[in-house]
Amino acid sequence: MKRQSSRLDAAALGQLIELLRSHGYEVNGPVKSGPALRLAPISTASDLPAGVDSDSSPGRYRLAKASDGRIFGAGPLADPAKRFLHVPEARLASAQKENGAFRILHDTPPAPKIALFGIRPCDVAGIARMDRVLMKDRFADSQYQARREQTLIIAANCVRSASTCFCASMDTGPRSSSGFDIVLTEHLNGRLEYLAESGSAKGAAILAELKAPPATPEFVRACHAQCDAAAAQQTRSVEYKKARQVILRHFDHPRWEETGKRCLACGNCTMACPTCFCVNTKDRSSPDLSHAERWRLWDSCFTQAFSYIHGGSVRTSIKSRYRQWLSHKLAHWQDQFGETGCVGCGRCITWCPAGIDITEEFAALEPSSTT
Amino acid sequence: MTSTDPAAAIVAPPGVMEPVPARVLSVDKETHDTFTLRLEQPPAMTGFRPGQFSMLYVFGVGELPISISGDPEHPGDLTYTVRSVGPVTYQLVTRHEGESIGVRGPFGTSWPMAECRGKNVLIIAGGIGLAPLRPAIYHILRHRGDFNRLVILYGARSPRDVLYKKELAAWNLLPDTQVLTTVDYGGVTWRGYVGVVTTLFKYLRLLPSETATILCGPEIMMRYAIHDLSARGFQDDQIWLSMERNMRCAVGFCGHCQLGPHFACKDGPVFNYPDIKPYVDLYEL
Amino acid sequence: MVPPALRGSLAAHPFLEGIPEPLLDRLMAMAFEVTFEPGQILFREADPSSFFYLILSGTVSVEIAMPGRVLRIQTVGEGEELGWTSIMAKVNKQFQARSLSPVRAIAFDGVRLKAECDSDPEFGYFIMCRILDVVAERLRATRLQMLDVYSARGGGS
Repeated sequence: MKRQSSRLDAAALGQLIELLRSHGYEVNGPVKSGPALRLAPISTASDLPAGVDSDSSPGRYRLAKASDGRIFGAGPLADPAKRFLHVPEARLASAQKENGAFRILHDTPPAPKIALFGIRPCDVAGIARMDRVLMKDRFADSQYQARREQTLIIAANCVRSASTCFCASMDTGPRSSSGFDIVLTEHLNGRLEYLAESGSAKGAAILAELKAPPATPEFVRACHAQCDAAAAQQTRSVEYKKARQVILRHFDHPRWEETGKRCLACGNCTMACPTCFCVNTKDRSSPDLSHAERWRLWDSCFTQAFSYIHGGSVRTSIKSRYRQWLSHKLAHWQDQFGETGCVGCGRCITWCPAGIDITEEFAALEPSSTT
Repeated sequence: MTSTDPAAAIVAPPGVMEPVPARVLSVDKETHDTFTLRLEQPPAMTGFRPGQFSMLYVFGVGELPISISGDPEHPGDLTYTVRSVGPVTYQLVTRHEGESIGVRGPFGTSWPMAECRGKNVLIIAGGIGLAPLRPAIYHILRHRGDFNRLVILYGARSPRDVLYKKELAAWNLLPDTQVLTTVDYGGVTWRGYVGVVTTLFKYLRLLPSETATILCGPEIMMRYAIHDLSARGFQDDQIWLSMERNMRCAVGFCGHCQLGPHFACKDGPVFNYPDIKPYVDLYEL
Repeated sequence: MVPPALRGSLAAHPFLEGIPEPLLDRLMAMAFEVTFEPGQILFREADPSSFFYLILSGTVSVEIAMPGRVLRIQTVGEGEELGWTSIMAKVNKQFQARSLSPVRAIAFDGVRLKAECDSDPEFGYFIMCRILDVVAERLRATRLQMLDVYSARGGGS
């Protein structure tokens, strides 16, 4: 596959959205939705949040005005893109009762064609992690796979980092190197322009159709330099390559106990995490009990019921649940899937009502080994 | 360890999360709270290996992982021994012949029958833990010449909780086969042993170096049993155990059954002891 | 006196594993063989302590007799010990013991055994260490039983 690099002006960005729509994609881009930037259907470039920045810090998320008028100037969107692929509620099966027996109805609706437009590198990495878990392990989740195959990823590299970002240390951003169909880099030099690079055959075909002029090496360098500047802004980090050993050494560290007292076990971090994939199942039936459905719902390892087995829950204390979550993200994920489960988006820090900071928690386990 | 080659991923058939209805052939009472359920094996379903489990679904009520307790070489039916302790298990054991139960699976790892070949096999079971071990016993008895001495140590709460009483008695009469059953508390009519299952170890006359041990029961029981086995010279890598964790999906998607780096559903439920040794003694892991 | 054939059985009993010859000789002087028919009561709760047994074959159950009911709390068999309280002064039998099969055992008079322990610290220390092993194992088994691991609640809670 030959990588296409095009230079888009503001009008061409609008044409790109139009082109995606003409290919049948529902385009979901960053939109100012109440007090947050979230993915929502857009029809033109004017739906995008020009001049809106987001400001996040532990336990805090606010929108702010950006005088530069950038569309992709804010850090990560308020929530990750996972809800489009690994939907919060999915019907696994439905069944109809027939004379004491029952029949499974094969009525799963077809997956919609969706373009995720302007998602950040951390989310691109999050989707790749999710692909590994739900599509590339021993089994593949057919519903996830169907949605994934119908999804086009038009990412936007970050040119500004939020205070909670630490993707640079996780090797996932602020510039995406893979996992997208097209990646945009917004360039500001008096006016807004875009470097559009393809990352798949599908992406290359769309760029070819757009007929925008090719990007010169100088333009590419100028765009990438902005991403490097965003990386330099980051103050948080996790030494993820050491994380597995560090965590396994400190199963009984007193820090878990302390953090367990601060943690409310609300599960916000798991909902806001682009890689948290855990689900529960629920049974529903019609009032006359003739029809029953099994549903899959997002779940959180912070609930007491999560680890319930006959006799009681394995993890009764909040301390043990926080430890499970952090160890899974940074340590056990590496055993399970050969990569780290954290992409450095910082949302767990932003959305924690107690302001618990994963980078700080990890560093506290072995202060000398992490700086 | 647990990561698999992505290229080897099986694209699960669309139905991997969809239960397949199976007709109930019989429900037999084993004890006051435990029943054996025999289902007609749905045509699309493959056979199973000893130690594997299925997800059993009661229409509109829920789904649970249940170990297969039947003979792996008896085609046509799927057998499960279920203890009625909650809403789903209660519904499972109160089904009638002709009704249907949803089945997914079989899932998970199996008892290491190949590694047991040519050795003595020590089977340690506690409570309902005897059920997932029964297919291994059937396998050994069907291929008796492949294995040396078979010793089954079984602990139950009280005489009325002892499963498969007739079979246990029959197995004990077979050559090179010994079954010792013990209960935590017995009445005057109980002629067997009284005491936890580890108290039977002193009657073992097996050379540790020539013995493979497979065990299933409450986690505490298995932990103490393994400590005692180690003290008697049994090697960790010759011990396999079946772990219970909350399982919602059975294929590694739901995340509930994690045990450190392992998913009990797909990396287990049967583990070679050295693989989980670092994790089994950690409180609230 | 113990018939010479029994010296071998005594030395082979796990309770006395590794016993130095001189100590074994002293024990031999006190030992005598006993047998019980199935269903015989070896001792009852509150009996003044009398004999300490090393079981050679057969099974004995340790029981608590309650009004209308007998609860078996432990079985001891070949290679095990029974009646360890007999070597403690002023402690009566705590439980009842009954043979479940033909039982062959070597018995020691508790009072005499205790006196021997008192008079010879080397002998006494050896015996007491072995008794402590027995008591520790019983205590652990009891604790595990208390967990009630097979109950519907999954034990301990």
